[in-house]
This record gives sequence, C-alpha cells and structure tokens, in this order.
Amino acid sequence: MSAHSYESEKYWKANLRLIVGSLIVWAAASYGFAILLRPLLAFIQIGGTDLGFWFAQQGSILTFIVLIFHYAWQMNRLDRKFGLDEE
Amino acid sequence: MSQFTVNLLFVGGSFLLYILIAVWAKAGTTKDFYVAGSGVHPVTNGMAIGADWMSAASFISMAGIIAAGGYASSAYLMGWTGGYVLLAMLLAPYLRKFGKFTVPQFVGDRFYSNSARLVAVICLIIASVTYVIGQMAGAGVAFSRFLEVDSTTGLIIAAMVVFVYAVLGGMKGITYTQVAQYIVLIVAYTIPAVFISLQLTNNPIPALGLFSTHTDSGVPLLTKLDEVITALGFHDYTADVDNKLNMMLFTLTLMIGTAGLPHVIIRFFTVPKVADARWSAGWALVFIALLYLTAPAVASMARLNLMTTIYPEGTAAEPIQYENRPQWIREWEVTGLIEFEDKNQDGRIQLYDDTSEAFSAEAAARGWEGNELVVNRDILVLANPEIANLPSWVIGLIAAGGLAAALSTAAGLLLAISSAISHDLIKSTINPRITDKGELLAARISMATAIVIATYLGANPPGFAAQVVALAFGIAAASLFPALMMGIFSKRVNNVGAIAGMLAGLVFTLTYIFVYKGWFFIPGTNNLADIPANWVLGISPLSIGAVGAMFNFVIAFGVSSVTQAPPQEIQDLVENVRYPRGAGAATGH
Repeated sequence: MSAHSYESEKYWKANLRLIVGSLIVWAAASYGFAILLRPLLAFIQIGGTDLGFWFAQQGSILTFIVLIFHYAWQMNRLDRKFGLDEE
Repeated sequence: MSQFTVNLLFVGGSFLLYILIAVWAKAGTTKDFYVAGSGVHPVTNGMAIGADWMSAASFISMAGIIAAGGYASSAYLMGWTGGYVLLAMLLAPYLRKFGKFTVPQFVGDRFYSNSARLVAVICLIIASVTYVIGQMAGAGVAFSRFLEVDSTTGLIIAAMVVFVYAVLGGMKGITYTQVAQYIVLIVAYTIPAVFISLQLTNNPIPALGLFSTHTDSGVPLLTKLDEVITALGFHDYTADVDNKLNMMLFTLTLMIGTAGLPHVIIRFFTVPKVADARWSAGWALVFIALLYLTAPAVASMARLNLMTTIYPEGTAAEPIQYENRPQWIREWEVTGLIEFEDKNQDGRIQLYDDTSEAFSAEAAARGWEGNELVVNRDILVLANPEIANLPSWVIGLIAAGGLAAALSTAAGLLLAISSAISHDLIKSTINPRITDKGELLAARISMATAIVIATYLGANPPGFAAQVVALAFGIAAASLFPALMMGIFSKRVNNVGAIAGMLAGLVFTLTYIFVYKGWFFIPGTNNLADIPANWVLGISPLSIGAVGAMFNFVIAFGVSSVTQAPPQEIQDLVENVRYPRGAGAATGH
C-alpha cells in the first residue's frame, strides 16, 4: 500500500470529518442536553421530570448506540470506496 | 426449601456451567491464553465485552449509588456507556490493525522505547489493581449475604473463587464463559426489575416504568419519589446539580477511562477484521445498554420501595417498629451492612436525613434524635427482590448474577495484569529467552499477587464498589488513553513526549486521589478529608482523571515539539494503522 498517496490522504480526512461530526453529537447528547442545557430544556416535561433528566439517564445511551452503528456503517462504505477494505 | 439452599443451587449451578465451559475451551498455548485465536464473531465478542465490562460496579453497586444520588449520579450511566463511542472511533479499529497482544506493546512499539512500554505497564497495573479492589469489595458483599457470613469472610471466599477461576483459563476459556455470564447477569438483573416495575407502575418494561404513573398514588413515579424523600429531609431525586463542572468532568473521566482500560481494549484484538472491531464496539454497547437502561429504573423503584417499607402509613405517620422489621433487614443485619441504632429509644426505625438543616426542626418536633438505619449502598440491588417480596428463586438468581458480574470482570482484569507482567515486563525486558511454560507460570503468579493485594485493600475499600472502580477509570483516563490516542492521531508525538505525558498524567491524578482517599488507599493516611469543601475548584477525586488527561496531552505535545520528530519508520507505522487493508492476525512479536 502506498503510504502517502493522495487517495489514502483523502480517506483519512473523510474519517476525521466523520469522527468530528459524531463527537459533536456525542457531546451534545451528554454534556449538552443532559447537563449544561438542562435548565433551558426544563419546560419539556417527561413523566414527572424534564427532558434533561431523561437524556442523563437514558437518552444519551440510546444516542451513543446509534452513533457507533452509524460510524461503523459509514466507515465500511469508505473502506470499500477507497479500496482499503480487507479482502 | 430455605432461601439459603435456593441461593446455593443457583450460585452453584451457574458456577458449574462456567467451569465446564472453561475446561472445554482450555487455553492450550500462550497465544490462546491471551487472545483466543482472533476468531470470535462481533456479536459474540460484543456479548463477552459486555460481561467483561459490567462488573460488580455496574451490577451490584451502580443502582444503589444512583438511588442515593438521583440525577446527580447520572454521570455513571453516561460515562460508562459514552466511552464506547470513543473506543469505536478513536482506538479499537487502529489497535486491531496494529495487531499485537497487549496495550503496553503498542505503546512500546509506537513510541520506539522500552521505557515507554515499562511506563505503560506501570499505568496498567495501577489502574487494574484499583479496579480489582472494587470488584473484590462487591463480590465480598454478595458472598457475605448469600452464604450468611460477615463481610470479611465473604471477601476471603470471593478472593479464593476468583483465583481458582482466573487461573483455570486464559482468554479463550474466558470468551465463551463470559457469553454465559452475560446471559446469567442480564437475566438476573432484568427479571426482578420487571416484577417491580409491574408492581409499581403496571409497565412490564422497567426503562419505561421509570417515566410512568405510580399506580397507588396516580402521580408519576418520579414525582411520588420526590415527594416521599423530600418529606424526610433528603434532597430532591430529580433536582439539577449546582456543581456542573464536577459532573461534566466526572462523566468525561469515566468516558475516556472506559476507552483507556486495557482489559477492554484487549478484547478488540480478538476480532478477525478491522471492520469487526467497529461492529464489536457497537454490539458491546447494545448489550451493556440493556442493563444500563434498566439500572436507573431499579434505582428509583428500590428507593421508593425502601421508603414505603419503613413508612408503610406514609411519611407523616410513624415508621415501623424495629421488632416488626421485615425478614430481609434481619438477614442483612447479619452481614453488618445494615445497622440499626435506636437513638431515641422508641423502638421504631427513623430513617431520614439528619444532616439536613431545613428538616432538623421537624425532626426535633417529632422526637427524632438522628437517623437510625444505615443501609450500605452496595446492597440495594441484591436486596431489591427481597424488599419487593419477590419469590425465593428470583433472589437466588440475583445472587448468581451479581457473582457472574464480579467474577467475569475480575478475571478479565487479572488477565490484563498478568499479561502485562509476563509478556511486557519479563519476556521483553528481563528475560527474553523465557519459555512459553515459564511465561504462563509467571502470569499465574502475578494473578495471585494481584488478588492478595486487592483483597487486603478490598476489606476497607476507599468507597463503595462503583466509586473505587471510578477511581481506576480516572487513572486509566489520565495515563493510557492520551498515549494511545496520540499514538494514532499524531505522527509528531515522540518517545520523550509520550513518557513525560504519561508520567505527568499518572502522578498528578494519583496524588490528587491519594490526598483525599489515603496514600495507596490505606485507610487513615489521607491528608485532607474527602468532602466537597476541601476539593480544588470543587473537583472531586473521582473526576480528576479528565484533568490529568489534559495535562498528559499538553505535556506530551509540548515536550515533543521541542525534541526530535519520530524516525521515518515510526511515521510509516502510524500511517499503516490508519488503513484497514492488510490487517493480519494478532501476533506477539
């Protein structure tokens, strides 16, 4: 494999973009909605408490699962597109 | 049949199953011992990671901590799941591509230095041994209750079982045993939760029951719980926290600690392909979430059940007579983990928050002279079925589940410790000509040593099981995670930088923890009392790992930028781990 080819450079950049995007969602669901922004979202009521509480105890976990599967699926596409997947 | 016999049947039966599997899949070669021949399917591997991951901290201790802390303890839920996102995107696929046995091996090769490898071994051992202390504390609680002995005897029995169990098989035995353990522990956790959710909210899914209406009172469950506990001076269960900085740092510490813990990372060496490493992380989180979505429901429901047990006529009426206390309180009193002291000599159990200034006037008016019932938080999940009057087989089941959780993780950790010592320390540094047989022997001796230390410190743990485990995460977060991440994402960070960074992160974090928790966790040796007023900027020792990690990154980059760049072949190695093509099986050399 050519170590510094233009194509593999593009693959790595695409991977980094995907990671940054995912981590923004990751941080928003946990540090954002569940902690910092909780007072702002408190008007949305859920079963005796507010949205921030739900994000802190369940919503963030569900978001994390979706993020990992989305990343794995997107990376498999990238691997194939750049011909870097394993035979 | 007595409860004792039922417990023995369930615990004994599940153990027999694990031992049979361990014998059937006995580790034959050194490679089997460490990585199970790289032939494990992502779903199977995900399940094994789930069992490995969910320890006594998750199973026995976490819901009890959430029950006591409410919203403020949500950091455990987010931290111990959110780390998988980091693992899947920042570490697992690249470490799989790198294809070696152990975490220190990657650090040593990437930073082209045996000293770096040695520092990584030290970080790994400190984090893992701390983690095992938490496991031993949790397993000790479980054994003491189900064998009806005091907690120290329970701990010693736990240590012996863990030793026999971990020494029997290596990773290969453990992978399939852990699949069995995952099934036992998830069934054991879920069944009582379903019963209790039905009793309280009529909703068979505990995760939904948490946000449903409480059947008896007609108001939402969480509203009811807030009413009951605030009426006794406890703080509001769902209330927001004032110290958001500490909560965020604690969550971050648990997340990056998750991604930096060697016994979890080692799991990703066992999948056949790089793509499978990503899927494995996803599946692991699915299996973990099954428990983690139920845990907050267990926490709030058990707390409410405990309160209604003590105050059956409501909080405005008098609590129950000590003489009429339910059977489960009597049984837990044997272990010393529930203690009653009749401070006002009225024969009743006053359970309330006697530290609350606001409530002190009401308590005095009611003739209460202090809280009289001390319930160890680590017993909540185990006592949960008993509190809810569930049938005896459910109680036996939860015993088996709790022990499965503690054992599977302890075994995984001991394996990580022993491979670091035998493989990274002895074989590569001290005696490269050691035989396979000698290496296995060294691995087993280091396991035994680690268990003895952990048991000694587990007798007086520096916190509840989940809190001790959280300290281990802080140590891993500050030392190993940054080194691994920089090793993959930067070509510029060199040997000197990585070593300086790891040492800075480790020393800073350990010092901060020891100042509050006691030096080397020995009780009574702390310099400052572990209370919020003493913490620097309100940052608890549990949350300091994230700050340590920041120092690690900054120092590693700083030192690297003024020293020589890594040689070309190292830069090529970094380039190579970034692309999946050409990933062979994991090798040891």
